[in-house]
Amino acid sequence: MRVLQVSLGIAILSFASLSAMPGASTPMQNRPEKNGNGINAIVQDEIATTIVNQYLDLKNALVESNSEKAAQAGGKLAKTLKKFDVSSYEQGQQQELKEIVEDAIEHGEHISKSKIGHQREHFEILSEDIVDMVAITGTSQTLYQQYCPMYNENKGGFWLSTEEEIKNPYFGSKMLTCGKVQKKIG
Amino acid sequence: MKYLKISGLLILVALVGIQFIPTSLNQSEVVPPSDFMISNEVPEHIERKIRVSCYDCHSNNTEYPWYSTVQPMAWILEDHITEGKEELNFSEWDDYSSRKKRSKLRSVKSQIESNKMPLSSYTLLHRDAVISEKEKKMLLEWLETLEAR
Repeated sequence: MRVLQVSLGIAILSFASLSAMPGASTPMQNRPEKNGNGINAIVQDEIATTIVNQYLDLKNALVESNSEKAAQAGGKLAKTLKKFDVSSYEQGQQQELKEIVEDAIEHGEHISKSKIGHQREHFEILSEDIVDMVAITGTSQTLYQQYCPMYNENKGGFWLSTEEEIKNPYFGSKMLTCGKVQKKIG
Repeated sequence: MKYLKISGLLILVALVGIQFIPTSLNQSEVVPPSDFMISNEVPEHIERKIRVSCYDCHSNNTEYPWYSTVQPMAWILEDHITEGKEELNFSEWDDYSSRKKRSKLRSVKSQIESNKMPLSSYTLLHRDAVISEKEKKMLLEWLETLEAR
Protein backbone atom coordinates (compact mmCIF):
# COMPACT_ATOMS: atom_id res chain seq x y z
CA MET A 1 0.00 0.00 0.00
CA ARG A 2 2.78 2.32 0.99
CA VAL A 3 4.61 1.60 -2.24
CA LEU A 4 1.48 2.48 -4.16
CA GLN A 5 1.16 5.76 -2.30
CA VAL A 6 4.75 6.70 -2.97
CA SER A 7 4.60 5.90 -6.64
CA LEU A 8 1.31 7.74 -6.97
CA GLY A 9 2.96 10.70 -5.32
CA ILE A 10 5.86 10.55 -7.77
CA ALA A 11 3.46 10.27 -10.66
CA ILE A 12 1.53 13.36 -9.56
CA LEU A 13 4.73 15.29 -8.99
CA SER A 14 6.17 14.45 -12.36
CA PHE A 15 2.89 15.27 -14.04
CA ALA A 16 2.84 18.62 -12.29
CA SER A 17 6.39 19.42 -13.35
CA LEU A 18 5.68 18.35 -16.91
CA SER A 19 2.64 20.57 -17.20
CA ALA A 20 4.65 23.43 -15.75
CA MET A 21 7.30 23.04 -18.44
CA PRO A 22 5.81 25.08 -21.28
CA GLY A 23 5.51 28.01 -18.90
CA ALA A 24 9.03 27.61 -17.56
CA SER A 25 10.72 27.47 -20.91
CA THR A 26 8.65 29.39 -23.37
CA PRO A 27 10.01 28.80 -26.84
CA MET A 28 12.17 31.82 -27.57
CA GLN A 29 10.91 31.99 -31.09
CA ASN A 30 7.78 30.75 -32.78
CA ARG A 31 8.74 27.86 -34.93
CA PRO A 32 6.84 25.55 -37.23
CA GLU A 33 5.92 22.51 -35.17
CA LYS A 34 6.14 19.72 -37.62
CA ASN A 35 6.07 16.04 -36.79
CA GLY A 36 5.99 16.58 -33.07
CA ASN A 37 9.00 18.87 -33.19
CA GLY A 38 7.56 20.86 -30.32
CA ILE A 39 9.58 19.08 -27.64
CA ASN A 40 12.72 19.24 -29.75
CA ALA A 41 12.22 22.97 -30.21
CA ILE A 42 12.14 23.39 -26.42
CA VAL A 43 15.23 21.24 -25.99
CA GLN A 44 17.10 23.15 -28.68
CA ASP A 45 16.12 26.48 -27.12
CA GLU A 46 17.63 25.26 -23.89
CA ILE A 47 20.81 24.25 -25.68
CA ALA A 48 20.92 27.68 -27.32
CA THR A 49 20.63 29.25 -23.86
CA THR A 50 23.45 27.04 -22.56
CA ILE A 51 25.60 28.08 -25.53
CA VAL A 52 25.10 31.75 -24.69
CA ASN A 53 25.83 31.10 -21.00
CA GLN A 54 29.03 29.21 -21.76
CA TYR A 55 30.05 31.99 -24.13
CA LEU A 56 29.50 34.40 -21.24
CA ASP A 57 31.64 32.20 -18.94
CA LEU A 58 34.36 32.41 -21.55
CA LYS A 59 33.97 36.17 -21.78
CA ASN A 60 34.25 36.49 -17.99
CA ALA A 61 37.38 34.33 -17.95
CA LEU A 62 38.94 36.64 -20.55
CA VAL A 63 37.96 39.70 -18.52
CA GLU A 64 39.98 38.11 -15.70
CA SER A 65 42.74 37.30 -18.23
CA ASN A 66 42.46 33.73 -16.94
CA SER A 67 43.65 31.64 -19.86
CA GLU A 68 43.06 28.31 -18.14
CA LYS A 69 39.46 29.09 -17.27
CA ALA A 70 38.90 30.44 -20.76
CA ALA A 71 40.24 27.21 -22.23
CA GLN A 72 37.82 25.17 -20.13
CA ALA A 73 34.88 27.36 -21.10
CA GLY A 74 35.86 27.18 -24.78
CA GLY A 75 35.99 23.40 -24.64
CA LYS A 76 32.59 23.17 -22.96
CA LEU A 77 31.13 25.57 -25.49
CA ALA A 78 32.40 23.52 -28.43
CA LYS A 79 30.88 20.40 -26.87
CA THR A 80 27.47 22.00 -26.42
CA LEU A 81 27.55 23.46 -29.92
CA LYS A 82 28.05 19.96 -31.29
CA LYS A 83 24.78 18.90 -29.63
CA PHE A 84 22.86 21.76 -31.19
CA ASP A 85 20.37 20.50 -33.76
CA VAL A 86 19.18 23.21 -36.12
CA SER A 87 16.36 21.20 -37.69
CA SER A 88 13.68 22.64 -35.43
CA TYR A 89 14.33 26.13 -36.71
CA GLU A 90 12.77 27.65 -39.79
CA GLN A 91 13.96 26.06 -42.99
CA GLY A 92 15.28 29.31 -44.43
CA GLN A 93 17.49 29.85 -41.40
CA GLN A 94 18.84 26.35 -40.95
CA GLN A 95 21.71 26.74 -43.37
CA GLU A 96 23.00 29.90 -41.78
CA LEU A 97 22.57 28.46 -38.31
CA LYS A 98 24.50 25.38 -39.36
CA GLU A 99 27.34 27.50 -40.70
CA ILE A 100 27.40 29.59 -37.54
CA VAL A 101 27.58 26.47 -35.37
CA GLU A 102 30.29 24.90 -37.53
CA ASP A 103 32.41 28.03 -37.34
CA ALA A 104 31.81 28.55 -33.62
CA ILE A 105 32.84 24.95 -32.82
CA GLU A 106 36.24 25.59 -34.39
CA HIS A 107 36.72 28.76 -32.39
CA GLY A 108 35.72 27.00 -29.18
CA GLU A 109 38.15 24.17 -29.86
CA HIS A 110 40.98 26.56 -30.64
CA ILE A 111 40.29 28.53 -27.49
CA SER A 112 40.44 25.30 -25.50
CA LYS A 113 44.06 24.79 -26.51
CA SER A 114 45.68 28.18 -26.95
CA LYS A 115 47.27 30.97 -25.03
CA ILE A 116 45.44 34.12 -24.03
CA GLY A 117 46.35 36.28 -27.06
CA HIS A 118 45.19 33.67 -29.48
CA GLN A 119 42.14 32.93 -27.35
CA ARG A 120 41.11 36.56 -27.68
CA GLU A 121 41.56 36.50 -31.45
CA HIS A 122 39.19 33.56 -31.72
CA PHE A 123 36.85 35.05 -29.17
CA GLU A 124 36.41 38.09 -31.37
CA ILE A 125 35.19 36.08 -34.36
CA LEU A 126 33.23 33.78 -32.06
CA SER A 127 31.41 36.83 -30.71
CA GLU A 128 30.16 37.60 -34.21
CA ASP A 129 28.92 34.03 -34.53
CA ILE A 130 27.06 34.18 -31.23
CA VAL A 131 25.45 37.53 -32.10
CA ASP A 132 24.28 36.08 -35.41
CA MET A 133 23.07 32.94 -33.68
CA VAL A 134 21.07 34.88 -31.12
CA ALA A 135 19.51 36.91 -33.93
CA ILE A 136 17.98 33.65 -35.13
CA THR A 137 17.36 31.72 -31.92
CA GLY A 138 16.35 34.64 -29.76
CA THR A 139 17.45 34.95 -26.16
CA SER A 140 15.71 34.57 -22.83
CA GLN A 141 17.98 37.13 -21.16
CA THR A 142 18.88 40.70 -21.95
CA LEU A 143 22.29 40.99 -23.58
CA TYR A 144 24.39 44.02 -24.29
CA GLN A 145 26.55 44.15 -27.37
CA GLN A 146 29.62 46.10 -26.36
CA TYR A 147 32.47 47.42 -28.42
CA CYS A 148 36.07 48.34 -27.82
CA PRO A 149 37.52 50.42 -30.68
CA MET A 150 41.11 49.80 -29.62
CA TYR A 151 41.29 46.03 -29.96
CA ASN A 152 43.45 44.54 -32.70
CA GLU A 153 45.42 47.67 -33.48
CA ASN A 154 42.38 49.90 -33.51
CA LYS A 155 40.38 47.65 -35.78
CA GLY A 156 38.00 47.11 -32.88
CA GLY A 157 36.10 44.15 -31.57
CA PHE A 158 32.79 43.53 -29.85
CA TRP A 159 31.43 41.07 -27.33
CA LEU A 160 28.23 40.24 -25.46
CA SER A 161 27.57 40.79 -21.79
CA THR A 162 24.61 40.51 -19.44
CA GLU A 163 25.63 43.71 -17.69
CA GLU A 164 25.48 47.20 -19.03
CA GLU A 165 28.70 48.12 -17.25
CA ILE A 166 31.80 47.66 -19.43
CA LYS A 167 34.28 44.94 -18.49
CA ASN A 168 36.60 44.48 -21.40
CA PRO A 169 37.49 40.87 -22.32
CA TYR A 170 40.10 41.93 -24.89
CA PHE A 171 42.37 43.81 -22.52
CA GLY A 172 41.28 42.64 -19.07
CA SER A 173 42.66 44.73 -16.24
CA LYS A 174 44.95 46.64 -18.62
CA MET A 175 41.97 48.57 -19.93
CA LEU A 176 39.02 47.14 -18.10
CA THR A 177 36.51 49.87 -18.83
CA CYS A 178 37.45 50.62 -22.43
CA GLY A 179 34.38 50.34 -24.60
CA LYS A 180 30.76 51.27 -24.98
CA VAL A 181 27.37 49.65 -25.36
CA GLN A 182 26.46 49.34 -29.01
CA LYS A 183 23.12 47.70 -28.73
CA LYS A 184 20.71 46.02 -26.35
CA ILE A 185 19.52 42.58 -27.42
CA GLY A 186 16.42 40.77 -26.13
CA MET B 1 78.60 -4.62 -22.88
CA LYS B 2 76.52 -7.54 -23.96
CA TYR B 3 73.30 -5.64 -23.19
CA LEU B 4 74.55 -2.70 -25.17
CA LYS B 5 75.14 -4.90 -28.15
CA ILE B 6 71.74 -6.53 -27.91
CA SER B 7 69.85 -3.27 -27.51
CA GLY B 8 71.84 -1.69 -30.32
CA LEU B 9 70.91 -4.57 -32.54
CA LEU B 10 67.27 -4.33 -31.53
CA ILE B 11 67.13 -0.64 -32.38
CA LEU B 12 68.73 -1.32 -35.74
CA VAL B 13 66.23 -4.06 -36.51
CA ALA B 14 63.37 -1.79 -35.49
CA LEU B 15 64.67 1.07 -37.65
CA VAL B 16 64.94 -1.17 -40.66
CA GLY B 17 61.60 -2.79 -39.87
CA ILE B 18 59.62 0.42 -39.78
CA GLN B 19 60.83 1.29 -43.27
CA PHE B 20 58.45 -1.36 -44.59
CA ILE B 21 55.36 0.15 -43.00
CA PRO B 22 53.53 2.00 -45.73
CA THR B 23 52.23 5.56 -45.33
CA SER B 24 49.65 7.19 -47.52
CA LEU B 25 50.86 10.04 -49.69
CA ASN B 26 49.02 13.32 -49.89
CA GLN B 27 49.06 13.67 -53.64
CA SER B 28 46.28 14.18 -56.11
CA GLU B 29 46.28 14.37 -59.90
CA VAL B 30 43.38 16.75 -60.17
CA VAL B 31 43.12 20.26 -58.84
CA PRO B 32 39.47 20.64 -57.84
CA PRO B 33 37.52 23.73 -58.96
CA SER B 34 37.18 24.60 -55.29
CA ASP B 35 40.91 25.29 -55.09
CA PHE B 36 41.83 28.69 -53.71
CA MET B 37 43.81 29.56 -56.84
CA ILE B 38 40.92 28.70 -59.13
CA SER B 39 38.05 30.16 -57.16
CA ASN B 40 39.91 33.41 -56.59
CA GLU B 41 41.80 35.66 -58.95
CA VAL B 42 45.24 35.45 -57.49
CA PRO B 43 48.13 37.51 -58.89
CA GLU B 44 51.05 35.35 -59.95
CA HIS B 45 53.55 36.50 -57.36
CA ILE B 46 51.03 35.94 -54.55
CA GLU B 47 50.09 32.54 -55.91
CA ARG B 48 53.72 31.46 -56.06
CA LYS B 49 54.40 32.47 -52.47
CA ILE B 50 51.27 30.83 -51.07
CA ARG B 51 51.96 27.64 -52.99
CA VAL B 52 55.53 27.38 -51.84
CA SER B 53 54.90 28.42 -48.25
CA CYS B 54 51.52 26.86 -47.49
CA TYR B 55 50.39 24.23 -49.97
CA ASP B 56 52.56 21.36 -48.77
CA CYS B 57 50.48 21.02 -45.61
CA HIS B 58 47.33 22.93 -46.51
CA SER B 59 46.24 21.36 -49.79
CA ASN B 60 45.65 17.96 -51.34
CA ASN B 61 49.04 18.03 -52.97
CA THR B 62 52.35 17.82 -51.16
CA GLU B 63 55.71 18.13 -52.84
CA TYR B 64 57.62 15.61 -50.80
CA PRO B 65 61.23 16.15 -49.86
CA TRP B 66 63.75 13.30 -50.16
CA TYR B 67 63.68 12.44 -46.48
CA SER B 68 59.95 11.83 -46.63
CA THR B 69 60.63 8.29 -47.79
CA VAL B 70 62.54 7.50 -44.62
CA GLN B 71 60.76 6.47 -41.45
CA PRO B 72 60.06 7.89 -38.95
CA MET B 73 60.13 11.16 -40.94
CA ALA B 74 57.30 9.96 -43.16
CA TRP B 75 55.06 9.56 -40.13
CA ILE B 76 55.89 12.96 -38.76
CA LEU B 77 55.12 14.53 -42.12
CA GLU B 78 51.89 12.60 -42.48
CA ASP B 79 50.80 13.83 -39.07
CA HIS B 80 51.58 17.44 -39.89
CA ILE B 81 49.77 17.26 -43.20
CA THR B 82 46.65 15.67 -41.71
CA GLU B 83 46.54 18.27 -39.00
CA GLY B 84 47.27 21.09 -41.41
CA LYS B 85 44.55 20.10 -43.84
CA GLU B 86 42.03 19.73 -41.07
CA GLU B 87 42.73 23.28 -40.04
CA LEU B 88 42.76 24.75 -43.54
CA ASN B 89 42.66 23.07 -46.92
CA PHE B 90 43.22 25.42 -49.83
CA SER B 91 42.03 22.70 -52.21
CA GLU B 92 38.58 22.86 -50.62
CA TRP B 93 38.46 26.61 -50.24
CA ASP B 94 35.35 27.29 -52.29
CA ASP B 95 33.41 24.58 -50.48
CA TYR B 96 33.73 26.59 -47.28
CA SER B 97 30.79 28.76 -46.28
CA SER B 98 31.38 32.50 -46.57
CA ARG B 99 31.45 32.64 -42.77
CA LYS B 100 34.16 30.00 -42.64
CA LYS B 101 36.13 31.72 -45.40
CA ARG B 102 36.05 34.95 -43.44
CA SER B 103 37.17 33.18 -40.28
CA LYS B 104 39.95 31.33 -42.08
CA LEU B 105 41.19 34.46 -43.83
CA ARG B 106 41.53 36.20 -40.50
CA SER B 107 43.43 33.27 -39.06
CA VAL B 108 45.71 33.10 -42.10
CA LYS B 109 46.50 36.78 -41.72
CA SER B 110 47.18 36.56 -38.03
CA GLN B 111 49.34 33.44 -38.43
CA ILE B 112 51.47 35.12 -41.09
CA GLU B 113 51.58 38.40 -39.23
CA SER B 114 52.80 36.79 -36.01
CA ASN B 115 55.30 34.54 -37.85
CA LYS B 116 53.61 31.41 -36.53
CA MET B 117 53.26 30.05 -40.03
CA PRO B 118 54.98 28.54 -41.88
CA LEU B 119 56.28 26.44 -38.98
CA SER B 120 59.93 26.96 -38.20
CA SER B 121 60.45 23.18 -38.29
CA TYR B 122 59.27 23.34 -41.90
CA THR B 123 61.26 26.36 -43.05
CA LEU B 124 64.38 24.83 -41.54
CA LEU B 125 64.66 22.61 -44.61
CA HIS B 126 62.40 24.56 -46.95
CA ARG B 127 64.27 27.82 -47.13
CA ASP B 128 62.19 29.10 -50.06
CA ALA B 129 59.07 28.86 -47.90
CA VAL B 130 60.36 31.52 -45.53
CA ILE B 131 58.20 34.64 -45.74
CA SER B 132 60.37 37.75 -45.71
CA GLU B 133 59.14 40.99 -44.15
CA LYS B 134 58.55 42.42 -47.62
CA GLU B 135 56.61 39.35 -48.73
CA LYS B 136 54.68 39.41 -45.51
CA LYS B 137 53.50 42.93 -46.19
CA MET B 138 52.62 42.01 -49.76
CA LEU B 139 50.62 38.95 -48.67
CA LEU B 140 48.78 40.74 -45.88
CA GLU B 141 47.84 43.61 -48.15
CA TRP B 142 46.50 41.29 -50.77
CA LEU B 143 44.61 39.14 -48.25
CA GLU B 144 43.05 42.34 -46.98
CA THR B 145 41.65 43.11 -50.44
CA LEU B 146 40.34 39.57 -50.71
CA GLU B 147 38.57 39.92 -47.40
CA ALA B 148 36.92 43.14 -48.55
CA ARG B 149 35.47 41.47 -51.63
